[in-house]
Amino acid sequence: MIRVIVVGNGMVGYKFCEKFVAKSGQEKYQVTVFGEEPRRAYDRVHLSEYFGGKTAENLSLSTSEWYAENNIILNTSELITDINRDQKTIHTHLGKTHTYDYLVLATGSSAFVPPIEGVEKEGVFVYRTIEDLDAIMAYAKKIKQKGATEAAVLGGGLLGLEAAKAVRDLGLNPHVVEFAPRLMPRQLDQGASDMLQSKIEELNIGIHLNKATQYIDGKESITGMMFANDELLKVDMLVISAGIKPRDELARVSGLEVGVRGGIVVNNKMQTTDPSIFAIGEAALYNHNIYGLVAPGYEMADVATEQILNGEKTMRETIDMSTQLKLIGVEVASFGDPFVENENVTAIIYENKLSGVYKRINVTKDSKTLLGGILVGDSSDYNSLFQIYNNAMALPENPEDLILGSRDGSEGSSMGSVMDLPDTAVICSCENVTKGAICCKILDESCSSLSDVVKATKATSGCGGCKPMVSDLVKATQKSLGKEVKEVICEHFSYTRQELFDLVKINRYENFYDVLDHHGKGDGCEVCKPVVASIFSSIYNDTANKHVTTQDTNDRFLANIQRNGTYSVVPRVAGGEITAEKLIIIGEVAKQFDLYTKITGAQRVDLFGAHLSDLPKIWKVLIDNGFESGHAYGKSLRAVKSCVGNAWCRYGMDDSAGFAIELENRYKGIRSPHKLKGGVSACIRECAEARGKDFGLIAVEGGWNLYIAGNGGANPKHAVLLAEKIDKETVIKYMDRFLMYYIRTAGPLIRTSTWLEKLDGGLDYLKQVIIEDSLGICETLEAEMQTLVNTFECEWKQVLEKPRLLKRFNHFINSEEKDDNAVFVPLRDQKMPKAWL
Amino acid sequence: MEEILNQYETVHASDATIWFKAGKVEDFPTNRGGCIKYKNKQIAIFNFTRRNEWYACQNACPHKMEMVLSRGMTGSADDIPKIACPMHKKTFSLVDGSNLNGDDFKIATYPVKIVEDEVFVGFLD
Repeated sequence: MIRVIVVGNGMVGYKFCEKFVAKSGQEKYQVTVFGEEPRRAYDRVHLSEYFGGKTAENLSLSTSEWYAENNIILNTSELITDINRDQKTIHTHLGKTHTYDYLVLATGSSAFVPPIEGVEKEGVFVYRTIEDLDAIMAYAKKIKQKGATEAAVLGGGLLGLEAAKAVRDLGLNPHVVEFAPRLMPRQLDQGASDMLQSKIEELNIGIHLNKATQYIDGKESITGMMFANDELLKVDMLVISAGIKPRDELARVSGLEVGVRGGIVVNNKMQTTDPSIFAIGEAALYNHNIYGLVAPGYEMADVATEQILNGEKTMRETIDMSTQLKLIGVEVASFGDPFVENENVTAIIYENKLSGVYKRINVTKDSKTLLGGILVGDSSDYNSLFQIYNNAMALPENPEDLILGSRDGSEGSSMGSVMDLPDTAVICSCENVTKGAICCKILDESCSSLSDVVKATKATSGCGGCKPMVSDLVKATQKSLGKEVKEVICEHFSYTRQELFDLVKINRYENFYDVLDHHGKGDGCEVCKPVVASIFSSIYNDTANKHVTTQDTNDRFLANIQRNGTYSVVPRVAGGEITAEKLIIIGEVAKQFDLYTKITGAQRVDLFGAHLSDLPKIWKVLIDNGFESGHAYGKSLRAVKSCVGNAWCRYGMDDSAGFAIELENRYKGIRSPHKLKGGVSACIRECAEARGKDFGLIAVEGGWNLYIAGNGGANPKHAVLLAEKIDKETVIKYMDRFLMYYIRTAGPLIRTSTWLEKLDGGLDYLKQVIIEDSLGICETLEAEMQTLVNTFECEWKQVLEKPRLLKRFNHFINSEEKDDNAVFVPLRDQKMPKAWL
Repeated sequence: MEEILNQYETVHASDATIWFKAGKVEDFPTNRGGCIKYKNKQIAIFNFTRRNEWYACQNACPHKMEMVLSRGMTGSADDIPKIACPMHKKTFSLVDGSNLNGDDFKIATYPVKIVEDEVFVGFLD
């Protein structure tokens, strides 16, 4: 029996155990672990989530049974006091002695506390263990009761900003105090830091740079911090996260070599100066450096495992410190050498203060190699950039395309395909999984899905940042095998929306559970239920009232849920044209039910703040006065926007408002894969912004130009021309065909613009289908659309006509009360829900 | 915020000392949620008819503390019955209250007992 003793039960100590049992087969080894903390190893990377309600058990890296199941002896709350290297024994503070063949020091680090006068005062904490967090929480509660509001965090690095968020979550106003002239000085340059600072300051977090703290003010407990320029920051609590100090005491007393500034010296086999003693993680000094990230620590655990089991693996010469994370909601990433500046390097910097995005890449002068970079505010390019840097891949002709996207109108990204990566490319750096390892699992057919690959390789199980790339690799590899990769709806249905549509139509199913019984499994979920409900609507024109169970809250209550759980109501105002009487009615309704009113972008009025039980009462007044539902809550036609048209406008070439009203009334209530918006302009000045809509019409000399598949919203896209100079009748014919074809074939929640982008053959193909009837389906499409048009019913009215449907609109089942948690506060002469904390 | 959260602690059927009569079976919608008031608590109750199982949890979504879970969609993930919050689509296991999207949230769950045609929810006080 070979005895392996691990000192330290943190993340890296645990990872060593995990790797060791996986690789050793256990039989001839006995692993014993000593940890000074009272609990099993937990996830320190996500420590701040403890403030968000995670328990110590949630953060735990393993189950309590795991150690026993793997024959590992775990001793918590037991410290090792010294090592007798000649006899190969260790001694614990309980007076026990244990013999080892191999000793692994994974003692980690403690928080570095700068020698500031008064740092011992009450209310000053470090940010490292669950016990620290418990103490911080208790103290915050105590001082808040006394009326304290301000707390400081010393250190503007990664952990400091994490701590600032935690302080904020505790209900105090955080102030980040940093000695350096910028935030995250090891990862960011000045520009990136400025951007991060402005984004963080927006969240009411104070940032104090260039500050050397002279002393901590206060009698017994902290009341402030005095800076070098005699400036006093009044705070009632201080959390120190100003760096780490390796825990090398045990190595020191045992005569192992340690660094000048601490850390246990190791070689590339992770051996200390005593070959039977290894050091890994933040306690280890490798290549004169301490690595305070989890990925290198895991790598060290793997190397030590291999070395003890006579493997070959050694630590790489240079350790990558690339990192991607979200700090207080702001995306931040840096990779490679973020700062490199010399005559052979060009830094390409993109900065957009409006959107709060800063991107920098460092490229060699010959534009051939990417050396490193920084991303703040938008780190979506991180994975691709990191791979290009890490594998020294060729750059596009214009390297700036890497951060700006290609701007010559050509489609596709500047990154190329994930399949261009070499097999050795590390995709998941937390678990050190290469592209080869991922693809091979699909190629040898041992895995057939993303979740299989995750289970088999552990890729994505660390920080999760590589998920999109792993998913792309799995898909691309499956495709290369000629396996059809289907965009299935969810775990309950192995079909695309189009397939399910056909199954429902052919089998005439009328409720979700019939479809589930025949073609699905499990109970359904929030993804597939609305899809099937939408399919029923498209086939039978069922209103949302018929499928209450399988709709989300908006369709269930025929209104839009808002921030405090109350709802908003939008009556239809077709084409944005409304009489004075009707305007007055809307105003009266708002007054009667105390609603906040706002004009929407689609030329209607939105009435906010309606309690669930008031909805039918509001509808009744509206319906009695000639209004109907505007379907603002549905994945369906919303509104058709119009300019005033030739009725009033001196430039107008046609009656755009009249045509908009006609189109809106034709397609109102029709449910589709996603919301639909339209616009009609009477001339090319385009006052209705019709080309930013799913369908848009512009009056020109000789008829109407019909544009389709535009989008405002998150990814603005101009609609493209489907047909020009056509008359109204032809417009409606093409519109019927286009909308119905989209409804039949698009994936769930895919807008027309994305649908057209992904349509094989693109616009040319669509023109053949819709204008030339190349598939011979146009008659069917038109007939299907006409059926929907003929069977329109107002869903609000349905509810009012059937008293049994009213039961749905009570907040409680056993009480008539309203939700007393929905609280309003004043806002500019109106009201709004109280702020979220 | 905290005061809302502190009101809700998971109760296991074996520990329940009070079985509160929430209503009759037919008062509750099937395969979706209904909300009941118990003292100052709001509890969401779900009748999974296909499983012949009932579940209950706090009505407050721990993400933004709004009383909306009863208005979400029920379903399952790997056969675990779950509820999706209508506000931002956080999903929670109705068995142990854990968040299923890997977020750091948890909801309290409560035991439900059906006696003849009446629905009871178990509490400690």
